[in-house]
Amino acid sequence: MAAVQGGLVDAVEKKDIKTEPSEDSGGNNNANDGRLLSPPPGSSASAPGGNKPPAGAPEDQQTLLAVLQFLRKNNLAESVEILRREAGLPEDALDLKAGDSAGAEDASSLLSRVTVSSSAAAQAPTKAVEDQPDVNVVLSAYSQQGDPALYGVYYSGLKRFIESVLDCHRAELSQVFYPLFVHMYLELVYNNHENEAKVFFEKFSGDQECYYEDDLRVLSSLTKKEHMRGNETLLDFRTSKFVLRISRDSYQLLKRHLQERQNNQIWNIIQEHLYIDIFDGMPRSKSQIDAMSGSLAGEAKREANKAKVYYGLLKEPEIELPLDDEDEEAENEEGKPKKKKPKKDSMGSKSKKQDPNAPSQTRIPLPELKDSDKLDKIMYMKEATKRIRLGPDNLPSICFYSFLNAYQGLTAVDFTDDSSLIAGGFADSTVRVWSVTPKKLRKVKSAADLNLIDKESDDVLERIMDEKTASESKILYGHSGPVYGISFSPDRNYLLTCSEDGTIRLWSLQTFTCLVGYKGHNYPVWDTQFSPHGYYFISGGHDRVARLWATDHYQPLRMFSGHLADITSTRFHPNSNYVVTGSSDRTIRLWDVLTGNCVRIFTGHKGPIHALAFSPNGKFLASGATDGRVLLWDIGHGLMIGELKGHTDTIYSLKFSRDGEILASGSMDNTVRLWDATKAFDDLETDDFTAATGHIHLQDNSQELLLGTYMSKSTPVIHLHFTRRNLLLAAGAYNP
Amino acid sequence: VSIMGSEILDCGDPKCHQKIKAAILTDPCILLAMAEERRPKQCTVVLPTESMKAMAESIGVGQLQEESCVALSEEVSYRIKEIAQDALKFMHHGKRRKLTTNDIDNALKLKNVEPLYGFQSQEFIPFRFASGGGRELHFYEEKEVDLSDIINTPLPRVPLDVSLKAHWLSIEGVQPSIPENPPPAPKEQQKVESTEPLKVVKPGQEEDGTVQGKGQGATAADGKGKEKGLIRLKPRSTHELSVEQQLYYKEITEACVGSCEAKRAEALQSIATDPGLYQMLPRFSTFISEGVRVNVVQNNLALLIYLMRMVKALMDNPTLYLEKYLHELIPAVVTCIVSKQLCLRPDVDNHWALRDFAARLMAQSCKTFSTTTNNIQSRITKTFTKSWLDEKTQWTTRYGCIAGLAELGADVIKTLILPRLTVEGARIKAVMEGPVVSNIDKIGADHVQSLLLKHCASVIAKIRPQPDNVEQYRIDYGYLGPMLCSHVMKARTQAALQAQQVNRTTLTITQPRPTLTVSQSGLSGSAGPRTPSIIKVPSSLTLMSPRPGTPSQPSPPATKYIVMATSAGPASTQQVITLSSSQSASPVTSTVPSATSTLQPLVKLESGSGPGLTGSRPMQKYIVVSLPSSASSSLENKSSVLPTSISSTPIEAGMKLDRSESPGASTQSPH
Repeated sequence: MAAVQGGLVDAVEKKDIKTEPSEDSGGNNNANDGRLLSPPPGSSASAPGGNKPPAGAPEDQQTLLAVLQFLRKNNLAESVEILRREAGLPEDALDLKAGDSAGAEDASSLLSRVTVSSSAAAQAPTKAVEDQPDVNVVLSAYSQQGDPALYGVYYSGLKRFIESVLDCHRAELSQVFYPLFVHMYLELVYNNHENEAKVFFEKFSGDQECYYEDDLRVLSSLTKKEHMRGNETLLDFRTSKFVLRISRDSYQLLKRHLQERQNNQIWNIIQEHLYIDIFDGMPRSKSQIDAMSGSLAGEAKREANKAKVYYGLLKEPEIELPLDDEDEEAENEEGKPKKKKPKKDSMGSKSKKQDPNAPSQTRIPLPELKDSDKLDKIMYMKEATKRIRLGPDNLPSICFYSFLNAYQGLTAVDFTDDSSLIAGGFADSTVRVWSVTPKKLRKVKSAADLNLIDKESDDVLERIMDEKTASESKILYGHSGPVYGISFSPDRNYLLTCSEDGTIRLWSLQTFTCLVGYKGHNYPVWDTQFSPHGYYFISGGHDRVARLWATDHYQPLRMFSGHLADITSTRFHPNSNYVVTGSSDRTIRLWDVLTGNCVRIFTGHKGPIHALAFSPNGKFLASGATDGRVLLWDIGHGLMIGELKGHTDTIYSLKFSRDGEILASGSMDNTVRLWDATKAFDDLETDDFTAATGHIHLQDNSQELLLGTYMSKSTPVIHLHFTRRNLLLAAGAYNP
Repeated sequence: VSIMGSEILDCGDPKCHQKIKAAILTDPCILLAMAEERRPKQCTVVLPTESMKAMAESIGVGQLQEESCVALSEEVSYRIKEIAQDALKFMHHGKRRKLTTNDIDNALKLKNVEPLYGFQSQEFIPFRFASGGGRELHFYEEKEVDLSDIINTPLPRVPLDVSLKAHWLSIEGVQPSIPENPPPAPKEQQKVESTEPLKVVKPGQEEDGTVQGKGQGATAADGKGKEKGLIRLKPRSTHELSVEQQLYYKEITEACVGSCEAKRAEALQSIATDPGLYQMLPRFSTFISEGVRVNVVQNNLALLIYLMRMVKALMDNPTLYLEKYLHELIPAVVTCIVSKQLCLRPDVDNHWALRDFAARLMAQSCKTFSTTTNNIQSRITKTFTKSWLDEKTQWTTRYGCIAGLAELGADVIKTLILPRLTVEGARIKAVMEGPVVSNIDKIGADHVQSLLLKHCASVIAKIRPQPDNVEQYRIDYGYLGPMLCSHVMKARTQAALQAQQVNRTTLTITQPRPTLTVSQSGLSGSAGPRTPSIIKVPSSLTLMSPRPGTPSQPSPPATKYIVMATSAGPASTQQVITLSSSQSASPVTSTVPSATSTLQPLVKLESGSGPGLTGSRPMQKYIVVSLPSSASSSLENKSSVLPTSISSTPIEAGMKLDRSESPGASTQSPH
């Protein structure tokens, strides 16, 4: 590993890498949480010294404590230290709380049995118990001995009640059905009342909302106590409380009903397994509820989305343009004065240093710009002046790159930012890189040949390339499973791929060899992406943990855990301070890279999320899922602000145009669709958010926002990319 | 089998259970079968206990208690569902719609179970269902393949490497009509456009029309206004063609009626295959109808033939919705069938071929476009019959009418032509044996006679019991009786011969296997499912014939192939292909660059659903049958070739495939 790392350092031309502390707590990944983000070498900024204590909910704190306690139990003193420092917990608090929770654990099995009779009183202790997701503890909570025959009666009693309440409350209270149904069913199964469970399921599964169909299918196959052990879905239901948002009036109504009827069974479940987020105000309508529900664990709590998010963009580094460029731009200005203007605007806004929503420039350490990066930035600005202004009347042209003869299966595609290279990941474990410009791909010469080169010559960069290896495409071998994610580094020197084999690989595009294999996810890695500033990258996979890495560290810098199912999609925020992950649990989470906290949870999708895209200004997020819908989110307010319906199959790709006017979506249904993003966001800004309650009234204007649908010839669209001049590139494999 | 290692079931010997479970889990058929059934409502689908017993037996566990079976089947069903659900994840991330065995392997790996090595299936689920002896079985169908067949056949083409191809999906918001893009308006949409606008534009009339008519203008207008508010009016389709389209139209029409045969073949190929021609369809249709009108008057046989070939190409194009233009095309075609004079020298020119060809076109359009509302077939039949019954009708028109009717199928022949054989025979006799009136009449009568014999013999062979008695025939059919009798007998012997031939040389190709190549009597057909380029039609079977025989060789007899596609879908088609390199008057194969290109679109076999999209695709079987050369003396004997199936399925392919004849006719004609 050290050798590989050394090689990387040479290649990256970074000096003096801070060595990793080697005393990792053996195999316990949680300890990695504690490691500080090491500053990239050469950057003047020092790592922020005193990290803020996590501003999250008390639950987070308790989780931390539970982890600490676990570490202590295993005598991992060092990790305890680091974690405590990072989390900013006082030393005594640990002892105090740890003692508490240890006691709680001892009593856990007992308590969980007690909970049957002592309903509300046992609330506090069980909470502590839940922080240890130990299977046995979790399961034992179900060992209640109610009369199995009565479950159906209870449930239908509640159903009758809810059907009889006023219309305005009915929709809200109906939310209770699904979690209640699942928990009652699981209780029956756990207590070996197999036949009753079956009857219960058949009787009431039809009542559930259609978007829970997938979960119900899993549930239906689970008919025995033995099945419950090791079943993810079950553990998810138990370890995380299902969150419901209900107005105070409706809640009172429900509470009164259950208490009047002495309906303890249901009341217990509500108390123990549900989190009811009560708000004051008007009850929500059915459509409002449907828009937000659908995730595995209910809606997001309101306070989960309260944290401040610095969604603004970082100030662009000032690069003095060379003189000849100025001349050229002056010409442009004469020729096309209109096009120059918007660029000036954008420049102006960037140079406005005090964007209140932008994070400080040094909030997370970013790599310093190299000369080549500066050149690239200059190129970027030149191209930007030639950018086409898009809009409903000025739609982009779409160039479609079809992968022909890809019988093995194309699984991932990426374009470089300057659109000069295309990389494809395939199901046969290969990665292929194509050059789409006349410039061919060349390897660097071998070490022996490099020795012969005159290092002083001006064209040394040209001379190191081996002309004999020039070709339009190169194949990279190394993975041992389908390649599911692929991402170019912003400087086009590296390529990142992740695969079913559980590794993420970093490839050099100079030598076309593999530099590092990052191991950590032991399960398939579904997606990976470089940060827009390079150096960092994010990955997520079947193990439900998203990891933040730096290219020169072979272990992750941050681990983001919280999703209840596979992480299917990961993206960096344009300012590199945040990452967003989409998951099969049908939620989207936004994570703060600095603190590792989850700062936003977005619910509303009804299927696994396969596509995510930030708007260029960093304010909005678009997400696409297997249900064929695109949802738009306001990051600052933490609200859903739009729904774009039209696709009929999984959306695999989303991209905003360079100025954010158009949103393009590509799908398995062989279409590229263009949406009017400006209109979607403008309509919104005139509305005043009822942010206090977090309600939104979504108008169904998908048809107005849809600007175009372009059908390909049996070619699913799996990647989209806007060139710097706003030409849309799409890619997919033709499969006859 | 670690995932279930921990589960010990409470009845029976746990070890044996595990063994069985392992056996079941490693049985790919079950995994796939379970993965297959993703019905929305599948609450508690459990494997039948009989399967458990069968599997227990297969690994040597004889007596398995019923309880154990139940417990096992529940457990196994649960595990299999779990694996199937995980496999779905891999399918989604693999960006596919079809679950493959690889996904299942990966899902097993996820559970730390050894994947099922060596079980690969890209296309379909390869097991069959059978029942017998009171048991129902699924078995894996593996055909025995003769090694020498494989060794002796030429190697299949090496699959092409992955490559990138760029095209414009959209140019500033407009999708260009290029082959890389799907047809801009799919057939259904064209249909909707041609039928729906009526409703949209005049909704009031549609509703009131039957009762009140147009009398109440005011209310109709009122209703119209109201409807307008509700229904979004489609913008009227523009009939302007882009510059490229104008150029294309010019090139194509010029090539189609020009003198260069190679160019014409290319142009017709383009019309027959290119998507996105629908905007030009009105122009083409007008071009054809005007062209026929002018050239009939000028008796320009060659041009008429060219125009008919254009009609055929248009009809062959799967992306076009021709219904809108039938009112122009059908009269043109009918003109070419029944016109009194089609050429300058009726005694020498072979205008009969044009009539035959046009008649086949007519039959094809009847088959495809006739509905209960437009009644094309019955109207056409009426037209033909009327002029045929007319005493004064000339021989040419008479020939056309009979040809047009005969092409419509055996039923039409039976009900309309056979009863008139006697009358027609008398008329022919009058010309043939009577005083010489004119040479033209004689030729006409001669052609009508052979036409009648050709079509009627096969039908009679089927409906008339043996033995064939000449006298009886004379009584029944008059003058034509004896000739008919001999034709019928010939047809019968051929049918018998054919039946034997079928048994002897049937060869089944399973389509997804690219390695099998059929080679028979000098002609080799190779099934190549891997189409190398994006433009080619998927799942097309290409029958390649070698270059036409060199002049020094004795010309080989034409060989006939019957390609039968049997599939689970509702449609089963039969197509007769004549690969003729030596028909008396067809030097055309040498003018066309390659035989493949002419034949390629002809053998397009399409099963009911779109290819490759559905999870389990019905397997297509191509049975290639080689017929003896004697059977090819006339193409129209095809009906005798398949005596059993002909009545159930209409032969639609006869004319579609018969390209080698029409160019033959065209080259014969004077320019």
